[in-house]
Amino acid sequence: MSALLRTEGVAKAFTLHLQGGTRIPVLGGVDLVVSPGECVALWGPSGAGKSTLMRCLYGNYGAGAGRILLRHRGEEIDLVTADPRTVIEARRETIGYVSQFLRVIPRVATRDIVAEPMIARGMVKAEALARATALLSRLNLPDRLHGLPPATFSGGEQQRVNLARGFAPGYPVLLLDEPTASLDAGNRAVVVEMIREAKAAGTAVVGIFHDAEVREAVADRLFDVIPHQDAA
Amino acid sequence: MTRPMLEARGLTLHFGAIPALVDVTIDVAEGEVVAIVGESGSGKTTLLRVLSGLMPPDAGTVRWLGEDVHAMGEAARRRLLRTDWGFVHQNPRDGLRLNVSAGGNVGERLMAIGARHYGNIRGEALSWLAKVEIDATRIDDLPRTFSGGMQQRLQIARTLVTHPKLVFMDEPTGGLDVSVQARLLDLIRSLSRELGLSVLIVTHDIAAARLLADRILVMRRGRVVEQGLTDRVLDDPQHPYTQLLVSSVLAA
Ligand SMILES: Nc1ncnc2c1ncn2[C@@H]1O[C@H](COP(=O)(O)OP(=O)(O)OP(=O)(O)O)[C@@H](O)[C@H]1O
Ligand SMILES: Nc1ncnc2c1ncn2[C@@H]1O[C@H](COP(=O)(O)OP(=O)(O)OP(=O)(O)O)[C@@H](O)[C@H]1O
Ligand SMILES: [Mg+2]
Ligand SMILES: [Mg+2]
Repeated sequence: MSALLRTEGVAKAFTLHLQGGTRIPVLGGVDLVVSPGECVALWGPSGAGKSTLMRCLYGNYGAGAGRILLRHRGEEIDLVTADPRTVIEARRETIGYVSQFLRVIPRVATRDIVAEPMIARGMVKAEALARATALLSRLNLPDRLHGLPPATFSGGEQQRVNLARGFAPGYPVLLLDEPTASLDAGNRAVVVEMIREAKAAGTAVVGIFHDAEVREAVADRLFDVIPHQDAA
Repeated sequence: MTRPMLEARGLTLHFGAIPALVDVTIDVAEGEVVAIVGESGSGKTTLLRVLSGLMPPDAGTVRWLGEDVHAMGEAARRRLLRTDWGFVHQNPRDGLRLNVSAGGNVGERLMAIGARHYGNIRGEALSWLAKVEIDATRIDDLPRTFSGGMQQRLQIARTLVTHPKLVFMDEPTGGLDVSVQARLLDLIRSLSRELGLSVLIVTHDIAAARLLADRILVMRRGRVVEQGLTDRVLDDPQHPYTQLLVSSVLAA
């Protein structure tokens, strides 16, 4: 089956103008292919560029070279060159990203934060809220927290809100950066189940999993992210 | 993709030797929120004034739904300001009539576009006061008896009551304390989504830009030095000035 997400020769370097223009090369020549129903785990030592690659895949960082081809509305779009409006549309419909930390939106209740991306895709509000509540409960977030803004939640609670928000819409492509880092064993097991269900539904998953047990439970293969100084 | 509603090309404007705008190109599509950030004196307010037709550029064009804003007559431009466009000023005193009641401030904009039925106007005013979280009992009070944050919320109600397509906002949260700002930003965020508004917002507040805007433009000395998807510009800034701007705020 054809890839949902693939990259060709992706490179990324940072130029730090405030530090005299120091250039930090991070990625070079990255060729990654992810098919429907497959989970690819990015693999490499700390600082290798795993999170950087994932942010490039979401269009959050701009790749310096190469192409990032996402199957969106039946066609491949290149996230490296796509205009912002197209990237926003692709994020609404096609690609989701669960970052390591939740970005809290002031004054907005947890349940609404989770429902928001579903409503943006056209789901009826009541239905979106019901699905949000169900997912939050599945992730063992106590009912009494659903109506509160997550600003005061613990790290693990915020991460579960983030997971619910990322999984709820059912994006065809899902990026997960250490999704279980701050979770206990019970909640890790729930996340493993959710990833397996997403795969079974045909979702292409790219993940960074420091937890070996989780990785072995969900990843179909590893993709080496090579620290730049070791790259050819 | 649909054509942008507002399209400006090559805007240049000098005040004597001061280059307030240098070759600025910007567009805003339907339902899009665009933020303009940059240091004081970089030309942000001037840009809003030129885009909304209040001030002609030395060079360049501004089109609204394809029509040249600076070529249309004064009457047509005033009509746009009453109907398709709204303006939220930094200082609520510039956007409100202080000797008219809160309800009157909201109702007046409706009457300016032809509403005549008193009961409907008052009903609409009440519903807008509720939307911006101003208690109904304050409807007959003068805005001068309101706090700064309330005045700003009233200005937003007055602006949005006529359902403009595009709202220009110049530092709408400037001069308010932080908790009041958060409430106002939340209001702007939810109303712009609910109504599918396009918003062009000038702000000093990077966190506000991140929260509200789909796209961001960074201005310096009259030029747009960097622009793009908000989170990309803020998380992976390319221009030295943007890197400085982003590094000087904590965890925006
Ligand atoms: N916005 C940025 N600006 C400058 N440098 C950055 C930026 N983001 C990442 N880097 C640099 O890129 C390199 C790779 O970082 P990245 O976070 O991708 O590593 P990682 O493989 O995810 O590591 P870890 O396993 O520790 O999370 C590091 O040297 C980091 O400092
Ligand atoms: N009517 C005017 N006559 C002369 N100079 C002007 C006029 N309006 C603006 N300027 C100058 O043009 C430049 C841009 O001003 P502008 O008000 O657009 O800046 P700004 O980016 O909105 O700044 P701030 O963040 O402080 O509001 C400044 O140097 C200002 O002094
Ligand atoms: Mg990382
Ligand atoms: Mg100004």
